Amino acid sequence: MAFRLKLVPEDTSIDFFRAQKITFGLSAVLSVLSLVLVLVMGMNWGIDFQGGTTIRTESSQPVDVGAYRQAVSTVAEGDIVITEVFDPSFGADRHVAMIRLQALPGQEAVSPETITAVEAALQQIDPSITFPSVESVGPKVSGELIWQAVIAVLVATAAIAFYIWLRFEWQFAVGAAVSLVHDVVLTLGIFALFQIKFDLSIIAALLTIVGYSINDTVVVFDRLRENLIKYKTTPLRDLMNLSVNETLSRTVMTSGTTLIALIALLVFGGDVIRGFVFAMTWGVVVGTYSSVYVAKNVVLWLGVKRDWSKPGDTPAGTQFAAKGS
Amino acid sequence: MLDFPLWKRIVVWTIVLAGLLTALPNAFYGRVERHNDAVASIAQTGVETPELAADRAGWPEWLPAGLVNLGLDLRGGAHLLAEVRVADVYADRMDALWPELRDLLRQERATVGTIRRVASDPAELRVQISQPEGMARAVELARTLATPVVSLTGVGQTDLEVRGEGDTLVVGLGEAERAATDDRTMQQSVEIVRRRVDEVGTREPTIQRQGDDRILIQVPGIGSAAELKALIGTTARLTFHPVVSRTSDGSTLPGAGNMLLPSAEEPGVFYVLEQSPVVSGEQLTDARPDFDQNGRPAVSFRFNPTGARAFGDYTAANIGQLFAIVLDDEVISAPQIQSHIPGGSGIITGNFTVEESTNLAVLLRAGALPAEMIFLEERTIGPELGADSIEAGRVAAIVGFVAVIVLMIASYGLFGLFATFALIVNMLLILGVMSVIGATLTLPGIAGLVLTMGMAVDANVLIFERIREELKRGRGPARAIDLGFDRALSAIIDGNLTTFITGLILFFLGSGPVRGFAVTLVIGLATSVFSAIWVTRMLIVIWLGRARPKQLTV
Repeated sequence: MAFRLKLVPEDTSIDFFRAQKITFGLSAVLSVLSLVLVLVMGMNWGIDFQGGTTIRTESSQPVDVGAYRQAVSTVAEGDIVITEVFDPSFGADRHVAMIRLQALPGQEAVSPETITAVEAALQQIDPSITFPSVESVGPKVSGELIWQAVIAVLVATAAIAFYIWLRFEWQFAVGAAVSLVHDVVLTLGIFALFQIKFDLSIIAALLTIVGYSINDTVVVFDRLRENLIKYKTTPLRDLMNLSVNETLSRTVMTSGTTLIALIALLVFGGDVIRGFVFAMTWGVVVGTYSSVYVAKNVVLWLGVKRDWSKPGDTPAGTQFAAKGS
Repeated sequence: MLDFPLWKRIVVWTIVLAGLLTALPNAFYGRVERHNDAVASIAQTGVETPELAADRAGWPEWLPAGLVNLGLDLRGGAHLLAEVRVADVYADRMDALWPELRDLLRQERATVGTIRRVASDPAELRVQISQPEGMARAVELARTLATPVVSLTGVGQTDLEVRGEGDTLVVGLGEAERAATDDRTMQQSVEIVRRRVDEVGTREPTIQRQGDDRILIQVPGIGSAAELKALIGTTARLTFHPVVSRTSDGSTLPGAGNMLLPSAEEPGVFYVLEQSPVVSGEQLTDARPDFDQNGRPAVSFRFNPTGARAFGDYTAANIGQLFAIVLDDEVISAPQIQSHIPGGSGIITGNFTVEESTNLAVLLRAGALPAEMIFLEERTIGPELGADSIEAGRVAAIVGFVAVIVLMIASYGLFGLFATFALIVNMLLILGVMSVIGATLTLPGIAGLVLTMGMAVDANVLIFERIREELKRGRGPARAIDLGFDRALSAIIDGNLTTFITGLILFFLGSGPVRGFAVTLVIGLATSVFSAIWVTRMLIVIWLGRARPKQLTV
C-alpha cells in the first residue's frame, strides 16, 4: 500500500447529533450575537455604500497619522478617517495609508477641488507622497448599491432554495436556506466585530460563500437522498449521521484545498483585496460547519417523507419534489 | 465498462490543445499587445513604419492573438459614472417653441388679448393671456404646433401637452415625447462622449449607457478622473449672441428676451445679450487650435453653409456692434464687428494656454453635449497599484497552486497527479475562454481564479472518494472507477449548478470588478466540470489500459 495522507481516518462513525443542542445552540447564539453586533457597532461601510472619497497614499516616509489629519482637516470638511495600511510585501521604505473623506450632504460627490486641495496639503508635509488611487462615490449611487447588494443576496438564496426544492424535497430547501442565512449573518457579524471595511467586493464574497456553502450542503444531501432509498427503515437521524460520515473525508479535503488557496491569497494577495479574501476564508470555514451542523438539523426537525420510492427502486437523482410537497 | 471511445479522446485533446493555444498569448502579454496595436494601426492608417512592422513581427500571425483584457483596477486608469440631466433638453425645447407660439398668438390678439410669458418650471411654457375667455382658442392654436410622436408606446399621441389654467396657457411635453426625447438625449450624449474620448486616442475605452439616464465611462491609461472629466464633462455649447449692453453690475435685470452672462476673462464684467443666438456650435464644421495675430493661442473655426450665411448676413447688417462669443454660459469674448465676414470662418481669442485651445478645439469638433452631466462616481487607479496587484495575484496563484497539488498528490497519489493535470488544463481553458470572448480580468477576478483552483479539485475529490468506497466494498479496479465516476456525478452536477446560479446572479446584479469576478467564477465552473470529469477520466482510462493493475489504491 502506497502512502496516503489521510486528513480524516477511514470509516468514521461520529454522532454529529450528540452535541446538537450545543452546536445548534451555539449557531443560534452566534447568529443573534452577530445581528446585535451589526446593530450596535454598525458596519464599517466603504464608500461604495456610504458615499465619500478614499485616497490611497504611498510614501517613502513613515506615515504620521496625526500630521496627515491636521493637513487634511484644514481643507476638507466632515468626518476624516485615516488608517495606515500594512502588508508583508511592502519594503521598509514603503508606507501606505488610506484617507477617507465623508460625502457632504447635498453633494453628489466630493468635489475635485477638495481632492486637489487635500493632495496639495499632504504633499506639503511629505513631498515624496504619491496617490496611487482616488475613488469617489456619490450618496445617490451608494444608496442604490446597498439595495442592489441586498437584492442580490436574497435572490441568490431564493434561487438556490428553489433549485434544491426541485431536485430534493422542500425540507431540504428550507434547511439549505437556513444554513445560507446563518453563514451570511455570521460573516456580517465578524465584519462588524473587527470593523473591517465592507465594500462592494464583500458582497461578491458573500455570494461566493453562499455558493460554496450550498455546494457542501448539496453533497451531504445528495448522499442522504441516496441512503434514504437504500435503507428504507433506518431512522432518519442515523441515516444523516451515516451520510455525513461517508462524505466527511471529501468535505475536509475540499475545504482543505480551498482554504489553502485562500490562505495563499490572504498572505500574498496584497492589501487591496485582503478584506475580500478574508470574508471568503471565514465563509468557507463557517459554510463547512453549517453544512454539517445546521442544514441537516433543520431537515431532521422538519422530517422527511419516507414513502417516496413506493413502486420499487427509483434511481437517485430523479426524485422531483413536486409530488412530495 | 470503462470505455472512452476514440472520438471522445479526440474531442478532449482538441479542447485541451485549443485551451493551450488560446491561453498562450497571455504568457507574452506585452509582446502580443504591441503586435495587436501594430496590426490595428497599420490597418487603420495604411502606413507601415519599420517600428510597427517590427512590433507586428513580434508575434507570429498564425497564432491566436486574443488577450484577456485587464480591468481598470489592474491596468490603471479612470472610471466615471455620469448622470445626464435629460430634463435640460425639455427646457431647450420650450425656449425654442416660445417664438413660434408667440407669433401664433399675436395674430389672434383680438380673441386672446395681450400675451406674456411667465416664470415657470423650465420644462413648461406658461403664457398669461389678458382675455381668459379666449383660452379655448389659445389652446386650439397651441395644439396646432404639436406633431405626432413616432414611437412604439406613443401611438396616437402628440409631442405637446396643452392645457388652460385660468388665464394661463400651459404647454409641456407629453409622456411619450419625454421618453422619446430622453432616449435621443442619451444616444447623443453617449455618441459625443465617445467622440471626445476617441479624439484623445487611448486604448479600448468603455463607454456604456446604463439604465435610463447614466453613462459609464472607463478609460485605461489616463492619468486621473479629473483629467477625463475635463475632457468629457464640459457641455461645450458654443453660441454667438448680439450684445445689448455691458455692465459691471451683476444684479442688472436683463429684460424680456435677454439674458445676463458673466465675462470669462474680466471678473466683475457682465454682458446683457439677446437670448436667441445668431449661430451656434451645431453649425460648425471644423475647429482647430490656432494662434492670433499677436501669437497668442486661439481656436479657429468654420461654419457650414447655413451657419456661414447667417453669420455673414448678421455681420453685414451690424457693423460696429459688439458680438458675443459664448461658451457654456460664459462670454469668452465680445469683439466689435469690424466688417462683413463672409465665408463663415473666424477665430476665437481669449486667455487660452496652448493646451486649453487644443482642448476647446477638440470639444467644439466633437459637438456639444445636449444636456449637462453630473458625476456620481469617480475613480482613479494608478498604473503602479495595478501592477502591484497583478504581481501579488501571480505570487498567490503560484503558491496556492503548488499547495493544492501537493495536498492532492499526498492524498491520492497517482490519481492526485491526474487531478493536477486536469487542474492545469482547467486554468488554461479559463484563460483561453476569457481571451477568446475578450472578458475582463479584475482584481477580484484573480481572487476568483485562485479560489477556482481550490474548488475545481472538488469534483475530482468527490470521484476519488467514491472510488475508494467502491474499492472498500471489494470491487475490482475498473468497476470501482466506473462506479465512482457514475455515483459522484449527481453531487457534482447539483453542487456546480447551484454555484452557477449565484455566479449568474452576481453577473446580472453586480457591476465593475464584481462582474469581473462573476465571469471568472462562471467560466471556471464550466471548465472545471469538463476537466475534472472528462480529462481525468481519459487519463485514468489510458493508464488503466496500459498498467492493468490487479489492485488499486486511490
